[in-house]
Amino acid sequence: MNRFRVLFPLAGLLVGLTAGWVLFPALLYRTEEQPLQFSHAVHTDTGGMACADCHSFDADGRFVGIPTTAQCASCHADVMGETENEKRFVEEYVKTNREVPWKVYARQPDNAYFPHAAHVTRGGIACERCHGPHGTMNTLRPYQVNRITGYSRDIWGSSIGRVGMEPWEGMKMDDCVRCHRETERARACLDCHK
Amino acid sequence: MPARYGMVIDLDRCTGCGNCTVACAVENNIPPGPPGVTDRTGITWMRVYEADNGEGFPETQSAFVPVMCMQCEEHTPCVSVCPQNAVEVDPETGIVGQIPERCLGCRYCMAACPYHARYFNWWDPKWPEGMEKTLNPDVSPRMRGVAEKCNFCHGRLHTAREKAAAAGNAAIDPADYVPACVESCPTQAIVFGDLNDPASEVAKLSRDERAFRFLSRLGTEPKVSYLSSRAWVRSLADRVLARDQKEEARG
Repeated sequence: MNRFRVLFPLAGLLVGLTAGWVLFPALLYRTEEQPLQFSHAVHTDTGGMACADCHSFDADGRFVGIPTTAQCASCHADVMGETENEKRFVEEYVKTNREVPWKVYARQPDNAYFPHAAHVTRGGIACERCHGPHGTMNTLRPYQVNRITGYSRDIWGSSIGRVGMEPWEGMKMDDCVRCHRETERARACLDCHK
Repeated sequence: MPARYGMVIDLDRCTGCGNCTVACAVENNIPPGPPGVTDRTGITWMRVYEADNGEGFPETQSAFVPVMCMQCEEHTPCVSVCPQNAVEVDPETGIVGQIPERCLGCRYCMAACPYHARYFNWWDPKWPEGMEKTLNPDVSPRMRGVAEKCNFCHGRLHTAREKAAAAGNAAIDPADYVPACVESCPTQAIVFGDLNDPASEVAKLSRDERAFRFLSRLGTEPKVSYLSSRAWVRSLADRVLARDQKEEARG
């Protein structure tokens, strides 16, 4: 009887913790594949390109983000390599003049305002500081979307408890604020919200 | 030195055309009011009131008074009453910012605002089909149940700052930051700029002898001034005094 009194709450705790730390995250996120596979490594390593060669700014200093099909087609108007994905890209997107519906890992909620120019051009922060080793990866990892909020998992970071995360992981307001506090920049809400 | 953005509106030039109110709504993603919307439930960050001198024909004269958030510098009433810290005065710009995600919809700020310049979202924003394509990506639409108001087109300040940062500059080019109402006014009755810059036109005009501010006796130091050479128009600024005196007399 006594043993039962100790074991039962412990078992309950174990069930609860398992549900919270293992089952909940698994249920919370839906995994989606990117429409095409793309190797950043081939472009940055073999191709010798820099991030800004494709992810550039427009004349007003706005970050353009993912390049358009037309930009890619300046090299890939025809199939250059031997991969199936490039062939599909040329046939399905370049020749039909469509944009690839990429899923953006770092897409922020609509009310967040993030100027790349202030951070990268003026602040001199490297892309890797927030985007990690994205530019050296050979494949596009699966995109995970929060079923409740619809936001990418990259915003929260891979760990539900936010423990043991890489320094570049997490794009929550807390993560922005941490750096902004240290450097004493941007004190008003509307500096980063719109 | 931090900026103190402000405005001067020349009431002798304003024709009451309402262009500023339309430009404001378009710029700031303010949805068309649903059926049944009234003056009190609709959203008009910028609103043009009509006033007259109370005389009969032919002495009658009228004036149009565009009113928006006056961006009170001191004892900002909406800031001090907000239980959510959802309103703040930006120390760098002097702009009174509203943060809809923090707002709980109590509307204390609307009661506190001496200028009736705050509005409440009684409905979720809805745009007629196709019109959502005209939304301004620099301004996030607000949800039902929160208060909102003019913030001197803060999205345009973002754009100006971004342009400056891309060029490696710390300070923005004043020509890059002009609110929509200022830009749209056909008689150029509205002047906008940094009040802390003594050389700016807005700073000079705010010290003009024709300049006055509404309810300046409250001591909230609004950053929107008005200009008029007509004495009766200037007297509108203190018209509320007459009501106070009446109340005092009644006891």
